[in-house]
Amino acid sequence: MNFRAVRAIYLFEMARTWRTLMQSIVSPVISTSLYFVVFGAAIGSRIAEIDGVSYGAFIVPGLIMLSLLTQSIANASFGIYFPRFTGTIYELLSAPVSPFEIILGYVGAAATKSVVLGLIILATAGLFVPLRIAHPVWMLSFLVLTAVTFSLLGFIIGIWADGFEKLQVVPLLVIIPLTFLGGTFYSVNMLPPFWQTVTMVNPVVYLISGFRWSFYEIADVSVGVSVTVTLGFLALCLGAVWWIFNTGYRLKT
Amino acid sequence: MIQAEDRRFHQHAGVDWAIASPAPALRHRQGVGCAALRYSVHRIRRADATITGVAPIISVSNLSKTYASGFQALKSINLDIRRAEIFALLGPNGAGKTTLISIICGIVNPSEGAVSVDGHDIVAAYRTVRSMIGLVPQELTTDAFETVWATVTFSRGLFGKPANPGYIEKVLKDLSLWDKKDSKVMTLSGGMKRRLLIAKALSHEPQILFLDEPTAGVDVELRKDMWQVVRTLRASGVTIILTTHYIEEAEEMADRIGVIAKGEIILVERKDELMRKLGKKQLVLQLHNRLTGIPPNLAVYGLEVNADGSELMYTYDTRAERTGISALLKDLSTAGIVFTDLNTTQSSLEDIFVDLVRKSK
Ligand SMILES: Nc1ncnc2c1ncn2[C@@H]1O[C@H](COP(=O)(O)OP(=O)(O)OP(=O)(O)O)[C@@H](O)[C@H]1O
Ligand SMILES: [Mg+2]
Repeated sequence: MNFRAVRAIYLFEMARTWRTLMQSIVSPVISTSLYFVVFGAAIGSRIAEIDGVSYGAFIVPGLIMLSLLTQSIANASFGIYFPRFTGTIYELLSAPVSPFEIILGYVGAAATKSVVLGLIILATAGLFVPLRIAHPVWMLSFLVLTAVTFSLLGFIIGIWADGFEKLQVVPLLVIIPLTFLGGTFYSVNMLPPFWQTVTMVNPVVYLISGFRWSFYEIADVSVGVSVTVTLGFLALCLGAVWWIFNTGYRLKT
Repeated sequence: MIQAEDRRFHQHAGVDWAIASPAPALRHRQGVGCAALRYSVHRIRRADATITGVAPIISVSNLSKTYASGFQALKSINLDIRRAEIFALLGPNGAGKTTLISIICGIVNPSEGAVSVDGHDIVAAYRTVRSMIGLVPQELTTDAFETVWATVTFSRGLFGKPANPGYIEKVLKDLSLWDKKDSKVMTLSGGMKRRLLIAKALSHEPQILFLDEPTAGVDVELRKDMWQVVRTLRASGVTIILTTHYIEEAEEMADRIGVIAKGEIILVERKDELMRKLGKKQLVLQLHNRLTGIPPNLAVYGLEVNADGSELMYTYDTRAERTGISALLKDLSTAGIVFTDLNTTQSSLEDIFVDLVRKSK
């Protein structure tokens, strides 16, 4: 195990965060705050409590997830796409590092950023609405697990993309709709029965449900199912990454 | 077996223009046809072995590369690189130099064949192999926003070496980059970026250094400095493989020169031997009256007459102390030979490429 390489990649990626502090941390915090102002305070005050939780507080887990997913993907995909784009990837490919070490470095850094961001948004939310976290350990576990899984997905996207547009496409066309339709702003059982069934194919439903449960002990699906689906998705991403490095897909000619 | 023998034969023997053809049939024929030479080759090889140490540090065998596009960039390459030598790989654009280097460094997957570095297979023992190798790529691919210091330190870590600020300081100083250590990479000039890439490649103290056109875009003075750095490295036991389009560079630096064209190694020879040939120049005299033969008093010059007797050709060595031209001209007038015009020609490396490629077909 080349720990020094993992450390080098990790620190290099984290240094990028400090340089781009504005995009990385400040802008997601601002946009999430806007959601709280609009949905939590302005509109939320006219919406009834859901399962005994005020609407402003109800949307907190979903909003954190929204940032977590988009930021994990954005950070990880950019982190690996940029060296491919500039050509500096040659160094990584010629270094004595295994695929696992490369992933540990890149995905580790991207996930770290997302987790920190998630916690900052959580703290921000605390300024707007009263928060209660029933299961802090579970809450953190979901946070980390989701950050890792979607950073992996981002890593895959960063390898697959052959232009900057493609980096944007997946978060914009897939992740944001899935998150909005995944119960960020509502409880699944508020939907008509038909749509309740359809929405169950959306993996984000399970993430948000599990995450919200760790706050308020209310869930659309059982926690066990949430954890299983998340782990399943993680396994899927790991499989894809394994395949990428084995075939050299988009990395080696 | 014959192939392996022949490979060494082509590389080690100081035989004139030993053409390393990849076609086994042809190679076989050469091997058998040169039975007499073979004997002396064995002797040379043994002498070589004592000078350069036993095993080659890099051994490329039957390496082929076909890109996804179906283009075959390398055709069954066989090549040995000796320990602590400077090996210059020359060849026209698109010959396959970068492809060959990229395969050895693990950036491009080989299609067929194998490469071993210090006895380790580049695929099976990639960690061992890669930590021994430093690569300076042809393209100026650098980070943009990092500082010089950060990017070189990163390289060292990536290759698994413990931090050593003192060593990195030395490398940056050797490459005249020390005063730029806190500058962002994007603020460097092209030549500085090139040197930065060298610094990155040296950051992990490699035993083998690949320099893919290291001096492209570097000014004359810095080029000399760079050569000095390379020489110092070689003196410390580092093996250096460089590609270049400048014949003077190969001349200045290399111990041996390999020529690659259209994916085939067509020549591997000692530099001094090659330079001797490149140093040959021809003087052509257009004669006033046609000649039928060479007058006896001019025999010493080894002159040639063209088919219709209108031109006289004299081949000389530009590096010799005396080219013999003035003596020749004096003797010509003594012999009563009048010429109307004269010109000199020298075969360029390009001519030699073309010539070799034609022959290897
Ligand atoms: N990724 C690729 N896909 C398809 N063909 C490629 C690829 N990379 C290189 N080639 C082709 O392989 C051949 C050899 O390329 P290579 O870069 O090895 O040449 P080179 O000897 O380094 O040339 P130069 O002196 O211009 O640097 C060229 O014809 C090139 O077009
Ligand atoms: Mg090249």
